[in-house]
Formats: sequence, C-alpha cells, structure tokens
Amino acid sequence: MSFLCNVPLATIVLSLFSGVLCTVISGKAARRYTLVYECVLTGLLVALFVHVYRNGSFTYVMGEFPAPWGNEIRAGVLEAVVALTFMVIMGCSVAAGARFVSLDMDESKVNLYYALLNLMTAALMAIIWTNDVFTGYVFLEILTLTSCGVLIVREIGRTTLAAVRYMILNLLGSGLFLLGVVFLYDMTGHLLMVPMRETAAELAADPQGLTVLTLSVGILTIGLSIKSGLFPFHFWMPDTYGKATPTSASVLSSLVSKCYIFLLIKIYWRAIGVDVMMHMPVGNILFVLGMLGIVLGSVSAMRAEDINRMVAFSSAAQIGYIFLGIGIGGQEGYTAALFHILAHSVTKSMIFLTTPRLAEVSEGNVAFRYLQGSALRDRNAGVFFLVGALSMIGIPIFAGFASKLLFGLAALEHQSDAKLVLTMLALAASSMLNALYFIRTVIRIYTPNPAVRDYRRRHSAAYNIPMMVFTAANLFLGLFSWVAVRLIQLGLEQFV
Amino acid sequence: MSPENIGKAFQRWLDGDVNFLEHMTDTAHVPDSQREELKAGRRQLQHEIRHRGSHRLLRAEEAGFRIVYNAVAVISCIVLIGVLLFIVSRLPRYGVENPRTLTVVERYVEKGLQETGAVNIVAGMILDYRAFDTLGESHVLFTALVCVTILLRRDRKNMDSTLEDYYTIRRDRYYDTSRDGLIRRIAVVLLPCILVYGIYILLNGQNSPGGGFSGGAVLGAGLILFVASFGFDAADRFFTQKVFSVISFVSLAFYSFAKGYVFFTGANGMENHIPKGTPGAILSGGLILPLDIAVGMVVACTMFGFYSLFKRGSIGKD
Repeated sequence: MSFLCNVPLATIVLSLFSGVLCTVISGKAARRYTLVYECVLTGLLVALFVHVYRNGSFTYVMGEFPAPWGNEIRAGVLEAVVALTFMVIMGCSVAAGARFVSLDMDESKVNLYYALLNLMTAALMAIIWTNDVFTGYVFLEILTLTSCGVLIVREIGRTTLAAVRYMILNLLGSGLFLLGVVFLYDMTGHLLMVPMRETAAELAADPQGLTVLTLSVGILTIGLSIKSGLFPFHFWMPDTYGKATPTSASVLSSLVSKCYIFLLIKIYWRAIGVDVMMHMPVGNILFVLGMLGIVLGSVSAMRAEDINRMVAFSSAAQIGYIFLGIGIGGQEGYTAALFHILAHSVTKSMIFLTTPRLAEVSEGNVAFRYLQGSALRDRNAGVFFLVGALSMIGIPIFAGFASKLLFGLAALEHQSDAKLVLTMLALAASSMLNALYFIRTVIRIYTPNPAVRDYRRRHSAAYNIPMMVFTAANLFLGLFSWVAVRLIQLGLEQFV
Repeated sequence: MSPENIGKAFQRWLDGDVNFLEHMTDTAHVPDSQREELKAGRRQLQHEIRHRGSHRLLRAEEAGFRIVYNAVAVISCIVLIGVLLFIVSRLPRYGVENPRTLTVVERYVEKGLQETGAVNIVAGMILDYRAFDTLGESHVLFTALVCVTILLRRDRKNMDSTLEDYYTIRRDRYYDTSRDGLIRRIAVVLLPCILVYGIYILLNGQNSPGGGFSGGAVLGAGLILFVASFGFDAADRFFTQKVFSVISFVSLAFYSFAKGYVFFTGANGMENHIPKGTPGAILSGGLILPLDIAVGMVVACTMFGFYSLFKRGSIGKD
C-alpha cells in the first residue's frame, strides 16, 4: 500500500485538529494558518489524484476491523477530482474574502470563523471519502452546524434570521436523511455501502421489498434535496447567500450544497445501485422538480431587486440543473450532473466574491440602481464578474456552455422522448432567462455613472490571484471539458 | 398595454428601477416624486404591521396565502406521517425473521470482549469498531459550542448598553440563585456526590453502562449546580476562559491524534502498541478509557460553556 493512500485520512483528521487549534490562537494567526494549511492539503490532494489515476481506487480501513464491522473510507478518481476542486475553491475563497472577514465581524471572533471553516473542510472531505452511510450522517451534522455558524458570524439581524431559517430546514433535512438511513439499515443490516448494495439488490427482487426500499430512498432523497435547495425548498437561499460574508456565501453556495448532492449520488451508485434505482420513480420526480427549479429559479432571479439576491436565486436554478441530470439518469445523466457540480462551484464562488467588491465601490449598496458604473470603478472585479456571468449564461469556451451541452447530449442518449423535449425546453428557457438578467446586470455595471466620484482601488494580489485561479479553472472546464468528462466517467465506472 | 409602455417598462427594469414582472403596469409611468410617496406609504404599513400584530392589517390576498400555507403544511405533515407509518409497518422484524441483519451484530456480541478488551459492548462498538463516527460526533459538540460562542459571547457588535440599566441589574440580582442560602446548603451536600458519581461513570465506561458522553454530562451538571449555588465569582477562581480553551483543545487534539494513530496503523497493517489490559479492570479496553476521559472533559466543558454563555455572555474571565 502506497504511503499516499493515507492522504484521505490526513485531510479529515488534520482538518478536525486545525479547527480545534484555530480556537486557541489569534484571528490573524488563524487566517495565516488556514491559508497555509489549505495550500498543503491541495498539494497532497494533487499527489493523491495522480496516484489514484495511475493505480485505480482503493478502500482504507479506519482501524483494525475490516469492512462490515469497522468504518471504511474510499478514494477513487471521482472522489479525488471533487475533493481537489473543493479544496482549491475553499482556499481561494478564504484568500479572496479575507479582507471582508475582518470588516464584517468582531476581531475577537475571527479565529472562531476560521475554526468553523476548518471543521467544515473536515466534514466536506469526510463526506466525499466516506464509504459508510452513517459516517455520512455524522459529518452532515458538522456541515449543518458549521454552515449556520459561518452565517451568524456577521451578527446582524438579517443573517441571524437567515441562519435560524436555514438551520430549521437543514435539521428537517438531516432528520429525514437519518430516517432513511435507519430504514435502510433495518432492511439490509449494513451501514457500509457495498454490502448494503448487495443486500438491496436481493430485496428489490421482491415487489414488497422494492416498495419499502423506494420509500426509504425517497425520504433520504427529500432530506438531502431540502439541504441542497432543490425547487420547492429553495426559498431560504436568497437571504442565506445574499447576506452572508462573501467567503461564507461562496463556500455555502458552491461547496456545501454540492456536497449534499455528491453524497446523494454516491449513495445511489454505491449503496443502492443504479440497476435498482432504475426500478424506482425517484429519478422521474427529481427530473420534474429539477426542471421546475430551473425555470422558477430563473424567474425569481429576474424579479430580484439587488445583485446578491439575483445571484442567489440563480443558484436555485443551477441546483435544478444538477437534479435534472440525476433525473435523466444513466451514465450520461450522472456525468452531466457531476460536471455541472464542478462547473457551477467554480463559477458561483467567483461571482459571490465579486459582488461585494462591486457594492463596495457603490457606497455599500447592492441594489441595481446604485451599481451603475461599478465595474468601471473596480475594473478587476468587473472583469471577473463578466467571466462568471458569461459562464452562467453558457457562452462557448466557458464552463457553463460545456455543462449545458452535456445535459443536452445526455437527454439525447436517453430513450424517453418526453424527457428529451422537456430537457431541451428547460435548457432553452433557462439560457434565455439567464442571458436576460445577467446581461442586464453587465450592462448596468459597465454604464458610466458621472454622479459617483471615481474610486481608485488599490488591487491586492490576495484578491487577484485566487480570482485568476477561478477564471483559469472556468476556462479549463470550458475548453478541455473532455478531460473532466473522461475523469468523471472513469470515476463512475470505479463506483460500480 | 401598448407596446410603447412595455418598451418603457423594460427600459426601467434594465436600469434596475422596477421589478419587471410585478410593477410593469402600475409604477412604470409613475413620476419620481410620487414614487417616493409610495415608498413612504409602504414603510408606514410595514411599521404598523410590526407594531400592532400582523393579523388585522394583513390584506385579503395575504390572508388567503396564509390559509393555503397552513393547509399545505397540515397535509404534508399528514402525508409524511402516513408514509413513515407505512414503512414501519412493512419493515421486516429485526433479528430472527431477517437473518441478514445479524451478520454484523453477531461479531460485536461474540467477539467484542476479546477484540476490544471492553466488557461494555456498546463502548467497544462506538470507541473501537466504529471509532471514526464517534470522532466526528465529539467534534459535532465542539462545533455547536463554537457557534453558540459566536452568537452569545459579548463583543462590541452584540452588546446593547441600554440593557445594562439599573432595573436589569436589580432583576438579575433578584433572580440570582447564588444568594439563596437553602440552595447553597443543599449544594454542599449534593455536589461531592454528583462529581464523584460523574467521575465513576466516566472511568468505568469500558466495564459498565456509561462512558464519556454520559459521565461528562453528569460532571457538567455538577459544575452548573456549583455556579448556580456559589455564583460565577467562585467559578472564575479556577475556571477561566484560558482553562476552558486548554482543556477542550488538549482533549480534542489527543482524541484526533490517538484515533489517527489507530486508523493509520490499522490500515497500513502495522502493529498497534496499545495494550488491551485485563477485561473488567479499570485499565482495560485499550484506548477506550483515555478517549472516554477526553470526551468527558469536552462534554463537561461544553455543558458548562452553554450555561455560562446563556447566563452572562462569556465562558469565564479572560
């Protein structure tokens, strides 16, 4: 066993330790430590990615006891790619949002904020690597608590209210997920994914077993879709993302909500099995909800009166895309969904880190009418926003185009004509709406406004470098999407 | 609506002035001076709703929404209850009827003592077989404490000086239990028993029901009783913010690294140098006892921390 196989364990245990460590050091030290730590972890994950790409996936026994008795984690190409992307986004968000962190919160609590981010990293990593459904639940709890914590840290009324609402919905989601896990455990007698899948296949052969299995999976799915913000449960998004400190907004929208979906996909493939999933109507329901989410999320985004709410509602639409991909099913559908997880994470975190800069040069206002000319006052933020907007609309060479193309192709591969037509309609409608409200914002921020005095912003490398990383990742996913698609397909093949 | 109006409305939406879909008809041609009035009226209405209770001022459509909302809420709850009851009624009975559920449990029961060295199978399960989950679980508690600290610890952003007035201070003093002689005398008798019992549960987790979480909860309750009967000043003499941080940091760091070591040696097929001890003795069960102590410390600190933060907005003197 190569020494690199210990990297997944290290990402979890060291992140937990870092979280605890940050509570006893000063805020400044915590920020530096977190940045350095995340760079180190990114390096380790790159090495791990190369290792799994060459040698295939491996399972890692947590302790002395093997599979059905002890805990286990697993690393394959897909997990490595997602973990690496998440880690890069986490590091870039922390670096680019650091200045806002010190503006938005009391000095005495900055270290606690970084402690929460480190604990969140540990939870994200554990959920990505886990091979055990219950471990998924435990770290889901940490993720829930930390995501509320990074919201309330601004200590203004709106974020506290948003956090309370977010917490209630999240706990409902966790509760439903836990119930689903308990039912599955009761039926199959296993919590580890692979033995669970073997028993689930036996159960599904009998129609009564299939009904109960379907309902359990349904409850688990509802739980995770509430947490990630699928259509009827998306109304917590605008306040949660719109009012949080930029790093939190970026991390919550691009990592936390995607992580829940990744866990869902992992459970479908590894704990239930795609063959069994074919006999369940879960996919069709997710397809419909995803489609409604795409259209209604975009309509809500059009109606939004400030830029943050608009971007947040557009997240609801993008989550809809991912569930649409899961609903289409088959390897193509899941590939498109997973690709969109990566593409949207990279894009949305970038947009959430530009909007506060645009607002800052507009006397702190986020409403559209005040934003006029803000991109001219802060040119870098304007360019980065433009890149994000073009990607969200789906202009070729950017990541958003590649994912829309993949959704279309996946629908073509699928046998059902209804799904093909509906997918195409949803894609067309959403692209048009996306274009409408993003282009409108771009026009607004690039229209000169002589009334506002000219700010000359001093640009810091701490902001520009992470944003360039985001841009590069976006262009990479857009231009070389086949690389990512190939890796995702490889990962999905290793899942079975 | 004429095409000209639509064009104007679109232009306004593009300018970020109006909500395209809602106000296309009514405010598109309202001049700027009147719009300020409209806004003032809206603010007035919001103010009234906030201060006079919402029911009376709700407009008909909002009342209608409320009815629909309540109906949907009730119906979805009933559906959920129905689904859950249905699933539970169809689940195979645990154990004999469903032999496939026994493969995992059998090994825990039959070989647990031998493999973990713990008489208490539950302790062996949560701290040895599935120790990774428990590692997460102990950090859940710590995360909750960090969140509560962020929310409640006093700083310049959440401190409200108007609260610190004369009446508040008097009221606090009135409800201050530590000035009550009766509570103090009873606490003198009860406290040693509670603390000794807590330590007993904590140290005996590997041999009998108990362990870190329950022992820590008893110890934490003891600390809370101590503060309630003798006041925070007494606690500040030995339990400051620094002591609190050091205890939680050392416990959790020890936990992470001890378990990290076991995971590392286990997965890499290396020999684990932690002795299992004689089953039934205090020093048995390998790492279970030290881990129980670490978890117990964290739980006790967390419980006391919650109480202290809610009561006075800080854990201890800096």
